Amino acid sequence: MSYSNLKRVDLIFDQDCNPKEIIKNTFAKTNDQIVNELLESGLKGRGGAGFPTALKWKYTAEQPDPDKYIICNADEGEPGTFKDREILFKVPQKVFGGMVVCAKVIGAREGFLYLRGEYRFLLPELESQLAKFHADLKDLKIDFNIKIVMGSGAYICGEESALFESMEGHRGEPRNKPPYPTISGFRSKPTVINNVETLVYAFMICMHGARKFKDLGTADSRGSKVFSISGDTPKAGIYELELGMTVEQFVDDFGDGDTKAVQVGGASGFCVPRKKFKETIIGFEGVPTGGSMMIFNSSRSMYNVLHNYLEFFEEESCGQCTPCRVGCQQLIKGIEAVKKGQRHANYLEHLQKLAQTMKITAKCGLGQSVANSFFSIVENFKEEMIY
Amino acid sequence: MPEIKELVKNLAGKHGRTRESLIPILQGVIHEERYISDEAMTEIARELDISAAQVYGTATFYSFLDTQPRGKYVIRVCRTISCAMKGKNLLTQEIEDMLKIKIGETTQNKKFSLLETNCLGWCHKGPAMLVNDDAYTDLTSEKVREIISDYMKK
Repeated sequence: MSYSNLKRVDLIFDQDCNPKEIIKNTFAKTNDQIVNELLESGLKGRGGAGFPTALKWKYTAEQPDPDKYIICNADEGEPGTFKDREILFKVPQKVFGGMVVCAKVIGAREGFLYLRGEYRFLLPELESQLAKFHADLKDLKIDFNIKIVMGSGAYICGEESALFESMEGHRGEPRNKPPYPTISGFRSKPTVINNVETLVYAFMICMHGARKFKDLGTADSRGSKVFSISGDTPKAGIYELELGMTVEQFVDDFGDGDTKAVQVGGASGFCVPRKKFKETIIGFEGVPTGGSMMIFNSSRSMYNVLHNYLEFFEEESCGQCTPCRVGCQQLIKGIEAVKKGQRHANYLEHLQKLAQTMKITAKCGLGQSVANSFFSIVENFKEEMIY
Repeated sequence: MPEIKELVKNLAGKHGRTRESLIPILQGVIHEERYISDEAMTEIARELDISAAQVYGTATFYSFLDTQPRGKYVIRVCRTISCAMKGKNLLTQEIEDMLKIKIGETTQNKKFSLLETNCLGWCHKGPAMLVNDDAYTDLTSEKVREIISDYMKK
């Protein structure tokens, strides 16, 4: 076993930098220079969906509307993810720094940080860090202001359009897309909404240049990424690792020697069974992840894991579209019936068809991604679903 | 309910009277009262000049905006997979035994409510729980007894 073969990186939590200085230097550049640097770096959104950050900024910058917004999505709710809390706790100035750079590029004077209700205990320290940041901006004669908005315990508000609804004082129900936020987001104005980690990487790229980031990772997955590692591992915690590793390499480093499966990307992600560890790359060319890595050893029942995920989705579904609202309920009932022997094992195929329907017809990413864990667990651990 | 009226008025004064102020106001009511009563919702609707149905619709969407009476200390135990694997059931059992209530219930003296919640973001330090806004992690039976006893004395 090649122990500790994964490359640790220290870009996100590196304290050896002066955010005020980086802002000053970056504001001396043109917007095109900044966007090109980001484009060159290959940075993709770190929340999970992986849209190129430079393009998001560029499209929003191109909108003629005088009012635009930059929003930091800190509604971290995917099961198994906890990196944004650590980033906000340790390097909040870098998050704010990423926001003000984006504001310069797109031409925004206001920014918002949407913090999940479960992290309210971070608020007093964040507010005082924010006061310091605003004082720095005043020194630099930059007209930009950030306000922190609190969530109230709804996973779906991490979906960008649901987040806008929530900020506007409504139920957090996702909107139809298009239009995308770059054209019509918060208050129906052009909006950039980025994950906490994405903003810090953008800021670090402004400091170090694209090269340092681009030299890490693979063609499809550039750079490094902060992983939240939990489950059956002796080393649970937060690690920044170079992208491009296989699940096997990951398990060699973080598993407990008896790893049966790894859930990559949380409840809405994919379950990778032991027989596929070697061939599966963690990244956009294989299984993408917002950072959640949950490790299961052979003592775990994958039926229980799937049941737990489905309960999660059933409760967090906003309920506005039928495929998701009813689909989640029926999937739970269905796997329970098969497990109890009330339904024949073939019934799992009907349930897979239902999950497939949800993938195609649900309105937002929540309902669409239930099929990811459903298929990858049911197909790879069928006997555990039945007996 | 003159106190609720006063509270809502103060919150509206602080956060404003637009639709965007609705959730901050609801959060403010939770902070003071631990739940949002029908009276509070009616009052907020009057203050913001929107329908009470809209206030109700918004409040009931969010799991932290309780519309049922809750105790002074709301305990939310994480039930998502990483915490479940680390033994959150034992933990819930411990709290149920101590407070003599089941999940979803509030103690007679209105001091504690016990709830379960989805992922709290402490998967590497599970099992975890929130008591109001404060997070407690790496919980053991012993640790939980200690924490709850401390709150009992408050």
